[in-house]
Amino acid sequence: MTTPSTMSLAVARVRDRRRATGFARRTADRLGVVGCIAATILLVIALAAAFAPLVAPYDPDYPDLLASLSGPSPAHLLGTDALGRDILSRLIWGSRITLAGPGLVIVIATVVGTLLALLAAWRGGRTDTAVAWVLDILFAVPGIVFALIAVAIWGPSLATVVGGLAIAYVPYVARVVRGASLRERRMPYVSAAWLQGQSGTGITFTQILPNVQPIVVAQAVSSLGFAVIELAAVSFLGLGVQPPTADLGLMVKSGFDSVLRGHPAEAIAAGTLIVLIVWCVTVIGDRLTSSARSMR
Amino acid sequence: MTEPLLRLDDVRATLRLRGGEQTLLDGVSLTIGEGESLGLVGESGSGKSLTTRAITRMLDPAFRVTGEIAFDGASVLSMNPAALRRYRSRDVGMIFQDPRAHVNPVHRVGDFLTESLVRDRGVDRREAERRAVVLLDEVGVRNPEQRLRQYPHELSGGLLQRVMIASVLLAEPRLILADEPTTALDVTAQSDVMAILEEQRRARGLALLFITHDLELAAACCDRLAVMYAGQIVEQGEHVYEAPSHPYTIELLGARPSIDERVDRLPVLRYDRATHELLKAEAS
Repeated sequence: MTTPSTMSLAVARVRDRRRATGFARRTADRLGVVGCIAATILLVIALAAAFAPLVAPYDPDYPDLLASLSGPSPAHLLGTDALGRDILSRLIWGSRITLAGPGLVIVIATVVGTLLALLAAWRGGRTDTAVAWVLDILFAVPGIVFALIAVAIWGPSLATVVGGLAIAYVPYVARVVRGASLRERRMPYVSAAWLQGQSGTGITFTQILPNVQPIVVAQAVSSLGFAVIELAAVSFLGLGVQPPTADLGLMVKSGFDSVLRGHPAEAIAAGTLIVLIVWCVTVIGDRLTSSARSMR
Repeated sequence: MTEPLLRLDDVRATLRLRGGEQTLLDGVSLTIGEGESLGLVGESGSGKSLTTRAITRMLDPAFRVTGEIAFDGASVLSMNPAALRRYRSRDVGMIFQDPRAHVNPVHRVGDFLTESLVRDRGVDRREAERRAVVLLDEVGVRNPEQRLRQYPHELSGGLLQRVMIASVLLAEPRLILADEPTTALDVTAQSDVMAILEEQRRARGLALLFITHDLELAAACCDRLAVMYAGQIVEQGEHVYEAPSHPYTIELLGARPSIDERVDRLPVLRYDRATHELLKAEAS
């Protein structure tokens, strides 16, 4: 046995300091500088959206027809749209749906996808083959097609589109998690747990899931970027969120008509915000993915 | 004669391959009594680890296992899933060659030690941790309370193997299967770990199946030795080391390096598969 040397004491001290800063520090380490910037921007947008009633200068739905299509001014920082509604206020309110809709899509897809992947990895054999088949078929169909089918059956609404896209995003998460789980399943610690008399379900959730969790999170965030774009596209087509509700995709569409009349402010503002959100999410997703890979 | 704790009778494990069949365990018979230790030695690929896997029924489904494996009179090969789980979690404990690979890297040492007690035995979490601390202390782990909060990567190999031994002892099994528990450790850690394992085993009266390719080590700490070659036990008994009788064992013991005399070249083992088959044919 060794006596505690100066070296090991120093190591212990460094480690304690690390631990004191905890979760925030670890997350920052994983995100890197660019990732932190992206996370900050996203956080600001999310907070503004969450507290929209306090932050937005105007009622997003109040039409001031006399001031329609006015350019940027001190009263309306980004100008007004064709109906004279304040664009900035509509952006803030619109971010709510643009963040929450895809967020819900990904949460559903991640839960369903992870469960499917774990089931496939644990059962193996025919179950695994069947799940892999279904995932491949789902993967081959563009997400927007699912949204369109759902709309065709249940009519255009946000809930329908979110449901359709959630199904489409299951394979995005499930395929990657299945691969990782299959790898973990072959690890000796799994057979050691099996030998200790743990049940298959127990091993799946207490042994395998914690080990694939970084991959689950990384994959979910990476898919979120795609979901934002697709949900905005569906809104743009007029099949998702219905007017007069403020939504970024819908704003691009209504702004599109104004562009032809020489007033591009609304379309540009909404389009830029979508791009900004997608950029942030993608950067964070990439950082999480590469740090999840380096853990292996 | 009373029934021994573990009895293997003519156990054969056959692997079905595309080109035919290959018998990897070829009629293994051995017994381990309550509180007895048996050293199973043999070269790589002789079927030592396969034997422990057969005992715990952890062989790949591609194997066909015949013969009889009886633990305390109950047939292991015909256990239903519930009985098998009970047998694995309560009756046998397994210590592996590479502790690092066999511990989940994202669980704290404390969780690893206590999870099966809390889940399967209904032991209170506090009580389980208290027992873990006592046991870690007994197997020579310093600052056990602190170790419980650490992750496996923060512990050295020797320390982790002690944790492994503690986890097996915590489950209070009647038989310990140790598959080369010291091979991945350096020499000083090896002797420490062996001494601790032996001390704890004797104190609790547990039976041990000790697998190694270190004849000396096995002879030093086991009541009986069994020598395996090509999926068969060629010789077993209490005095194998002092008075070997099978040609393979004699050659094996003759090939040991010694510190008493200087030799330029160690003898090469001439015993091979062909000799083995020939001897077998003669015997029958």
